[in-house]
Amino acid sequence: MLLALLILLLMAGGIASGFLARVSHAACRWLALITVTIAFAIIVSVWIDEGLSMTQTDSWLRDLYIPWIPSFGIAFHLAMDGLSLLMLALTFFLGILAVLVSWKEIQYRVGFFHFNLLWVVAGITGVFLTMDLFLFYFFWEVMLIPMYFLIGIWGHENKQYAAYKFFIFTQASGLLMLLSILALYFIHGEQTGIYSFDYFSILGTTLSPETGRWLMFGFLIAFIVKLPVVPLHTWLPDAHTEAPTAGSLLLAGLLLKTGAYGLIRFVLPIFPEASASIAPVAMLLGVVGILYGAMQAYSQTDFKRLVAYTSVSHMGFIMLGVFAFNELAMQGVVMQMITHGISTGALFVIAGVLYERIHTRDILRMGGMWKKVPFMGTVAMIFVMASLGLPGLGNFVAEFMTLIGAWQANKLFTIIATAGLVFATAYSLRIMQKVFLGKNIEGHSMTDLSLREKFILVPLCVVIIWLGLFPQQVINAARPTVANSMHAKNHTAIHQEAQTNHVKYTSAFTLEKGGSHEHE
Amino acid sequence: MIKLLWLIPTLPFLGALILILTGSRLSWRIAACIGAGSIGLAAILTILVGYDFLASGKEAYLHVAWNWFQAGDLSTTFSFYLDSLSMVFIFVITFVGFLIHIYSIEFMQEDEGFSRFFAYLNLFVCSMLILVLADNLVLLYLGWEGVGLCSYLLIGFWYTEEKNGYAARKAFIITRVGDTAMAVGLFLLFTVFHTLNIQDILTQAPLLWTTGASMAVVIGFLLLGGAVGKSAQLPLQTWLPDAMAGPSPVSALIHAATMVTAGVYLITRMHIVYELAPLAQLWVGIIGAITLLIAGFSALTQFDLKRVLAYSTISQIGYMFLAMGVGAWSAAIFHFMIHAFFKALLFLAAGAIIMALHHEHDMFRMGGLKNKLPVIYWTFLIGAASLAALPFVTAGFYSKDQILWLAWAGEKGNLWFFLAALTGAVVTAVYTFRMVFITFFGEAKTKISHVPGMRITVPLMVLAALSFAGGFIELPHTLGHFTLFSDYLSPLLPAVTLKEGIETTEWTIQLVTAVLALGGLYLTYILYVKQPQLSNEIKSSTFELHQFWFRGWDFDALYNFVFVRPFVFLSRINKNDVIDQFYTGLVQITEYFNSAFVKTQNGVLRWYVMSIVVGAILILTISLFVQP
Repeated sequence: MLLALLILLLMAGGIASGFLARVSHAACRWLALITVTIAFAIIVSVWIDEGLSMTQTDSWLRDLYIPWIPSFGIAFHLAMDGLSLLMLALTFFLGILAVLVSWKEIQYRVGFFHFNLLWVVAGITGVFLTMDLFLFYFFWEVMLIPMYFLIGIWGHENKQYAAYKFFIFTQASGLLMLLSILALYFIHGEQTGIYSFDYFSILGTTLSPETGRWLMFGFLIAFIVKLPVVPLHTWLPDAHTEAPTAGSLLLAGLLLKTGAYGLIRFVLPIFPEASASIAPVAMLLGVVGILYGAMQAYSQTDFKRLVAYTSVSHMGFIMLGVFAFNELAMQGVVMQMITHGISTGALFVIAGVLYERIHTRDILRMGGMWKKVPFMGTVAMIFVMASLGLPGLGNFVAEFMTLIGAWQANKLFTIIATAGLVFATAYSLRIMQKVFLGKNIEGHSMTDLSLREKFILVPLCVVIIWLGLFPQQVINAARPTVANSMHAKNHTAIHQEAQTNHVKYTSAFTLEKGGSHEHE
Repeated sequence: MIKLLWLIPTLPFLGALILILTGSRLSWRIAACIGAGSIGLAAILTILVGYDFLASGKEAYLHVAWNWFQAGDLSTTFSFYLDSLSMVFIFVITFVGFLIHIYSIEFMQEDEGFSRFFAYLNLFVCSMLILVLADNLVLLYLGWEGVGLCSYLLIGFWYTEEKNGYAARKAFIITRVGDTAMAVGLFLLFTVFHTLNIQDILTQAPLLWTTGASMAVVIGFLLLGGAVGKSAQLPLQTWLPDAMAGPSPVSALIHAATMVTAGVYLITRMHIVYELAPLAQLWVGIIGAITLLIAGFSALTQFDLKRVLAYSTISQIGYMFLAMGVGAWSAAIFHFMIHAFFKALLFLAAGAIIMALHHEHDMFRMGGLKNKLPVIYWTFLIGAASLAALPFVTAGFYSKDQILWLAWAGEKGNLWFFLAALTGAVVTAVYTFRMVFITFFGEAKTKISHVPGMRITVPLMVLAALSFAGGFIELPHTLGHFTLFSDYLSPLLPAVTLKEGIETTEWTIQLVTAVLALGGLYLTYILYVKQPQLSNEIKSSTFELHQFWFRGWDFDALYNFVFVRPFVFLSRINKNDVIDQFYTGLVQITEYFNSAFVKTQNGVLRWYVMSIVVGAILILTISLFVQP
């Protein structure tokens, strides 16, 4: 029940703060802040409840099953395992910061803004929790549409173009996923006689290699557009650049992660053979993304666009790691999802606070800021270092595990990806040089971080350092999920998993399916 | 006391943390106390821990602080491993570091970034200590990158100058190229051993590999890649001369005494792998030999005092690599320690001179400082004598003589290594005394504006004493045969096996070395004091070569041409992302069709009637030919 409550809380909070803005803007902001904070507190309490070390092998922590449209086999089925827990903690953490970061920036249609903000967060929460494919598609759309408004209404100069582009890319790829979902639904129904969108039943579907591959592409394209993977990335620089700070924060921190999450939760377990067969190509795309993103980042002069391309580069590691098919790389991917959310989110916040002060994002017009804003400079230095993978900060742990895992799968690609770290150094240091070091050419004068901005950035610093020095809790939390998605190659493991946890509605056909497998 | 080992890196870390968190709010005095005090305490603690460690007689002590991360087979810890090798390093790091911190209090007194400077310096000492105390390669890599970060921050410390920022980025990026090789080396080591714990790897390696195993060779080369980056050896040496943009204490601590020798530490630490990979080890020696020569020749032509010292550092580390290449591990470490003393001394003295002369770096605008800055002169002279390895009285003689001798007599030594080292010795003597004569002799060309105080002179005198007396803890067979240092390292680092029947030549080699060093000194004396016009004539007759050496053998130009410019060009030209053109193209096609079809909807009735008729005819025709 807790899980449904989380989503309802956010949606209700969104509506309420939307209306409250007619009374008072401040009250609207406070309500939005309180709503997300409550959600965060709930997740933290669940984490503490489950034991921070999370050593148990059972992967499902919470489960909620309410039939919704039984005649079509659609259920309101939410479940949470370690991976969802981590992603939700990240979601609400960044959600709090997104409200805080908009405190001064958004002065126009405040109520509608916060409504959209909370609904994006609710949509993301749904995506991370849903175990019903129909519902999954529903939440996938719920997070898309409010985001479109966030970019289109409160964005910068070229906002409409960016919003369209964002919408069309994600919507078109999402429709392919819907096709695949429907196909899976019917194939599974024909095979077992039970028509259901339930994740755990779908998992047991046998697909011929050819069908499996085509259906997988539907999911894969939706997810790698979101991730994004070169050459499907071009919506991202525009969306990031034009979005308001909170929008960029949520895009980089969370929306991209739903793509990675989809790969781990759906693509690998449902299509183990098909995804194994495209692994080399997928890893290649990852490597290309790492290098291409880094090269593009180096030439950008718009601060936010630069950071957007670094995201493309960092997300390449996710492709590389997911399709390396081993625990180490996959743990690296989970870690990367979190640390990238923190570090890139922080860089967007810094771009935002700079923009509020000097009204430009052009790094060629900045320089020598350190003298004026040493605090901001120090914070920026930490996240620039995180972005180039300095050990001691979370991103290093992620990249190191990904690379050392990927090495077991493909040596050449790993070498190239490792060389990508040199390019990461080049573009990261360029940010520092152009913005904070050198001479203050235009003589900007500005004030250092305000208390509110410190409240946003200092926790981000603490978390990224904490993750760099004590990442084990995150790794432990993700371990069961990671192990399952790995064993997905071996169908029986999934079956047992499904049986032990969801006997009440999956047992009938899992047993049957288990039998049919032996004949293969 | 040995249980407090973890405090040694922790103290500088806390110092850095306090200084960073308080920003520049602390007064000069308090910032100096925290900055230098933390290193001072660490140095005292090092003595106590070292005493305990020696008294215990154990080979090693391990302190596990916490488990860092563990996933799959990979398990890493935050743990510190103390043995005789890391003992030497932490001793040098904390002691030389402390002296340099004391010096910096006066040197940086007027700088507005005073506490920022000490914060970075403390963070550096912390990272360097972690590097040498790490018990696994991932933690070592943390220290390794940490010192790289601090080096970047400190080279670019005076950040308003564009060229300082450039030098800082250059240093970071070039060392990262080496680090990439090293990281791949770690992946390979992990694949082979399923652990990255150094001691586990070293115990398992001889069981798993026979001498010359190809995997060992590949790993040896990859780790060497990391080492050449950090230690500024060929082909990644180009960042170090530019790194002199940082304040002088930084050059002394990071770019002379400690960080740049991290490569030496890494290879010595992994010496068992290199013993199993003779080819990789041979290349360690070859790189050392070539580097020491090309850097030495470049040093001959520089006019910036600090750049002479920078090239000299590259050259001296070349000696250490040469020593490792012939398996003379303890000789390499001995030279590291002595070099740390005299090179830190030379850099600090050079800094004091530069400060005294209004930030004048050009030696040819100095001159005549012998009588004006006597303390600096004498200490610099001792350091220079040690660097030039003047026979019998200087520490540098004993450490370098050992390398020369083993390059000749060691089983893995050969004539080429020996000749390179010998030529290098002459070149060293020449560029060293060229520096001394130009700077301190002749007539004064710039006025002195600042006379160094106690905080500068005392560290210089201590380092001078060490550069002079430090050599007597290890004397060759022929001169007293006192082997305290190599005995101390012997259980860990094996001694060199000599070629048969070669012992008798040791006297001859020593004599040759001594004569060459003195000969170099005399030659320089003639060229720069007796007949200065001679040196000018030589310079003008070989101007092309002189410039070539001056530019560091044009490595910068080569790398710019081959790597930097193509990358920047590609990245600039594609700034607007060619892939996006495809999607824009799609949009344009759609819009084209849109405008085409819009034209059909023109509101003219006869057009509509006509299109209905044409459509009907088409459908009928098709249905005639295509039977369902």
